[in-house]
Order: sequence, then structure tokens, then C-alpha cells
Amino acid sequence: MYVAVKGGEAAIANAHRLLADRRRGDRSVPALTLSQIAGQLALAVDRVMAEGSLYDPELAAMAVRQSRGDLIEAIFLIRAYRTTLPRFAATRPIDTAAMVIERRISATYKDVPGGQVLGPTFDYTHRLIEPEMAEDAPVAAPARRDPPEDAGHAPRVTDILGDEALIEADGEGKGAEPADLTRTPLAFPASRDLRLQALARGDEGFLLGLGYSTQRGFGRTHPFVGEIRIGEVEVEVDLPEFGFPVVIGRVRVTECQMVSQFTGSKAVAPKFSRGYGLVFGQLERKAMAMSLVDRALRADAFDEERRAPAQDEEFVLAHCDNVQATGFVEHLKLPHYVDFQAELELLRKMRKAAGATDETVSGSKGDVEVVQ
Amino acid sequence: MTSTTAYNFAYLDEQTKRMIRRAILKAVAIPGYQVPFASREMPMPYGWGTGGVQVTAAIIGPDDVLKVIDQGSDDTTNAVSIRAFFARVANVAVTTKTGEATIVQTRHRIPEAPLSEGQTMVYQVPIPEPLRFLEPRETETRIMHALEEYGLMHVKLYEDIAQHGHIATTYAYPVKVEGRYVMDPSPIPKFDNPKMDDSPALQLFGAGREQRIYAIPPYTSVESLDFEDHPFAVQRFSQPCGLCGATGVYLDEIVTDDRGGRLHACSDTDYCEERRAAGHFGADGAPVPAEARP
Repeated sequence: MYVAVKGGEAAIANAHRLLADRRRGDRSVPALTLSQIAGQLALAVDRVMAEGSLYDPELAAMAVRQSRGDLIEAIFLIRAYRTTLPRFAATRPIDTAAMVIERRISATYKDVPGGQVLGPTFDYTHRLIEPEMAEDAPVAAPARRDPPEDAGHAPRVTDILGDEALIEADGEGKGAEPADLTRTPLAFPASRDLRLQALARGDEGFLLGLGYSTQRGFGRTHPFVGEIRIGEVEVEVDLPEFGFPVVIGRVRVTECQMVSQFTGSKAVAPKFSRGYGLVFGQLERKAMAMSLVDRALRADAFDEERRAPAQDEEFVLAHCDNVQATGFVEHLKLPHYVDFQAELELLRKMRKAAGATDETVSGSKGDVEVVQ
Repeated sequence: MTSTTAYNFAYLDEQTKRMIRRAILKAVAIPGYQVPFASREMPMPYGWGTGGVQVTAAIIGPDDVLKVIDQGSDDTTNAVSIRAFFARVANVAVTTKTGEATIVQTRHRIPEAPLSEGQTMVYQVPIPEPLRFLEPRETETRIMHALEEYGLMHVKLYEDIAQHGHIATTYAYPVKVEGRYVMDPSPIPKFDNPKMDDSPALQLFGAGREQRIYAIPPYTSVESLDFEDHPFAVQRFSQPCGLCGATGVYLDEIVTDDRGGRLHACSDTDYCEERRAAGHFGADGAPVPAEARP
């Protein structure tokens, strides 16, 4: 019985034991190793790091393993761990112009300084399940390109547009301390840095759906992919003792700069506007969706009427977090029988008052009659 | 990650506890007002009591005695889980007896036994905003509270009366605290609302996902919203508890077979057990033998 008057404790312990058994599965099959998960399910690990908002591939691989591949559960594990970690410092803003590029494409220019680099993409694969996937067939080593003359110099496409003042200026940072919704309660209206933080942690599927809705006319922004770049960037912090920034590590990120139409207003000449997406790991779909939603949420900045869900800050920010969403949706399976009892009594009373004749239900014990 | 064995007392770090205590102090100073706080991600899901757990973690000390109930019962799965959490991370004494507890964390009920001075009730709250289902925007509802603009709520209750002849809200029934703020009492049945009024206990409310804390200090007026010609009334059950024979208590209806059989029993399991131990029994309950009584 699900909730006996006594016995909940033993039931929970047994459920955990059974879960551990099912997670491990057939003992004659070797257990997954963390390097297998981090190496061969890298995009799952990337998603867990991005939405868990903690960059640690090994820890994310542990979470994926512990959650049996349920990525939202894995994200939850990472979040619950992350919240216990002390904050030492805020890093300097990462410089994505100095990225070691693995992939970099622009849909607005045929060629750009630094070149178009397809990188490890699914884009032009034919979605046919490869028979080799049934076994461990040998895989050829990747082709390597000779570093071009201007290697390392790949200016951002938005900077190229910016040189001609054809695109709005990138907003000034507010200063050293960025907003942090994990340390201060979310309040509306939210600043853009806070919004971007919420979107970067937000659920990929939710943002994908919202971004898609803007393309279908619910808050249309006429977007072009100015640029998507994926690669590693250095992370720097200022240490007061040194007086100069120190590199503490590298992270792989995906950045998407969406270039959107803006017709201008009385005060401002027509210019392109920006939508920005940045996430940990190789998560192009998420970065693109994020940049569409970021632009849609900036409706006020361009005197656009807020009519669509993707333009509604409260709607988007209050519902994009999948750890919050899954908790509240799933809490419906907790016992609610006290409130249900209250509704039951009320419904019986109201049916009695309405003279319900299709069936007679008495609220008293043991004498419930159902007459069809 | 290497070792996760050592957690701070009651899990949260001291800085976080301080932040929560500040929010609690503000909440006590402005009864019924929802204070935003930087809710943390807890190792249990949002919607499962993270707000209540954070409030309890911020106020609990080594000498406290904790009782955790869900649906009035100490032994529902989530109550067991939360009690085990505090027993593990705070190593505090736990009890099922209302009278022995210094802190009672609850979901959906207030114990039947009267509370006393020095006790603290901690309510788990899913949606702290009583106006939320009338106005989904936080920016709007905060203004409505600031201006004490509660007409919309009265219109809703009036529409109930116009349509059904009575107010069709049975749980999470809105209250007005100390004549000022309209407050969500959490999803307790309206049966429990009168217990909040002028209570000698401190009542704290935590909503983790929604990042709000609010409070009712001891001996504060808590009125359930109503109209002069439609006064507030609580549910009455037509039969006593089948196990202990108690009347005037909230009952669970337990389905005992598929032929319409029902057992009505106290939702507050501790109250029911204490009554049975004292020799009371109902139509479906066997008397506890005198030698087994304490």
C-alpha cells in the first residue's frame, strides 16, 4: 500500500534499493565509466553542465550516470551540489573573439575573416541510422587543417557590422558585479544580465518552443544568424595580490549572435538589433533559441508592443527553469487527500443542492449507493 | 567532487541562514506580507517543501524537537523524508507528538491539539500569492497588496455565492492578517483556518520555488474573508472518527473496498493515536487494551 498508517520509512528505503538495482541493470554487463559518458555522450554532459550552470564534465557525467540518463534529474543533482559551493570571485567577462574555434559559421556573409568552419556538426549528415552503431567499428582520425595565415584572428561578425554602425552597440556592462538570480530573489522587471543568466540556465526544450514561436509570428523579430561560434575560451580572474588577471582554466562555450531587423524610431536611425545566446559546451540549438528569446524579450527597448508569450518577461523567466518546473509539476503526485476530501464534501453538497438524480451519493460512511 | 560527508548544521551554510532569518524577521514585523528571499536549490525537488525546509533549517537549533507532518500524518512518505533529512543533517530530536515538538513543519494541515507559546509552525507553501489565480502577474499583485486593493478577491467570492449560493473554496481559503494583508494560508482545509487566529504559536510560511517567506506572529488576528450575510463556516463531518470516536476533527475518507465501503478516520494521526491510547475508540476501531496504554 502506498501510504499505510505506518511503514513509510521502510517503503522509501526499499524503493531506493530497487532504484539502485535498476540503475545498475544487468550485472554481467560492465558498468558505464565516467570517461565513457563524458567522452561518448558529450552533448548530454554539455546540457547537464549548461542547465546545471556548473562547468565540470566529470561531475556532470556522474550525474548522468546516477540519473539513469534522465537529464533533468542530472541537472537537478548538479544544481543541488552547486548551491553548496562557496563563491570565491566573479571572473572577467570571457572574450569570445579570442576563442580557439572548433566551429564558426555566419549566415549573413559568404566569407568572413577567419573563415567559415563547419566543425563537428550534425547539420549535413543524412539521418540514417548507421549499421556500424550496433558495434564498435573503427573510426578514422579527423582531418586536420593547416593553420591559415591569420589563424587566431576571427573577429565577431557583429563587430564587423558595428564598425559601420549598422548594428546597435553592445550594451555596456554594469560594472564588476553581475546580477545573480541564485543569490538574490528574481524581481521584475529584470535587468538584461539577469535575463541572460536565466535563459542560459533555462530548459532547452522550453526555449526552443518559444524561439520557434517567434519565427511563426508570435513576436516576430526577423532574425539572421550573424554568427555561431563554438570553442574554448580562457577564464580569467583578477587577484588583488597580483594586479593583473590570471587564467584559471578554459571552458568550451557556444555563442550565437542573432542579427534582427529594427526599423528605427523618431529618436534612433534604423539599425540592426541583437539577440544573444551563450551556453556552456556545444549546444547550438540552445544558444540559437536563447538568442531568439533574448531579442524577443527586448521588445521595450525598441518600442515594440509586447503581445506574444516570448516577449513576456514574467512568463518566460518564471517558467523557463526546468528544475523548478519539474518539481512543481511532479509534486502533484504527493498526497493531496486532505484537500481532495474538502473538494469531495463540497461536490457532494453541491450535487445534493442541484438535486442530482443520475446517482445518489451520501457522504456518510459505508452506505454509498450508485444508481445508474 | 571527493567527499560530501560534512554538511553544515541543518545543511544550509551560516550566511544563507542569516539571509533567511533576516527575511523571517521582516515577515514577523509585517504580518501577512510576502518577503522575497533568495531561495536556495535544496536536495529535494521544488514543490516538495523546499520553502518550509529552508525556514526550518534557518531556525532550528540542537535543542529543538521537530515534528513533520504531511496531510496531518507523520508517516506519509514526504514527511518521513523531510524528518529523516533533518535527523541526518541536524541530528535533532524528532517526535510525532504535537505537544512535545518545538517546531512543527507541515504540509496541508494544522494539528488538532492546541498549540502553545514557544512552539513554531512552519508551513510549506506552493503558491504564496492569494491573488495569483485572479491576476497571474507578480508586478500587478504586488501593487494590489501595496494599495490594499482586494476588491477582485471579494468579487470572486461574491461570484461563488451568486453561482452556488455559498463560497466554493474549501482549502487555501484566503485570510486577512491583522486587518491589513490578504494572505494565502497554504493549502490547509478551511477547517483549519480558525486555528490560525490569535494562536499562541509563531507561524512561519516558506515558499521555496516562489522565493517568498511570510509570517503570523503569536496572538495576531487572522480572519477568513467572508460577507456579513454569508459568514465563514468550516466543514462539519456527519460522523465521528471511526477509529477513536473523535468529533469536531478533520477526517480522511479511506476507501476500504470496491463496494462503497469507507472508513472515516482522523487526518491527524498523532491526535487519533493519543486518543486511542487514552481508551477512546470508534465504531471501526478496536479498543486499546488497558495494559498497552501508557
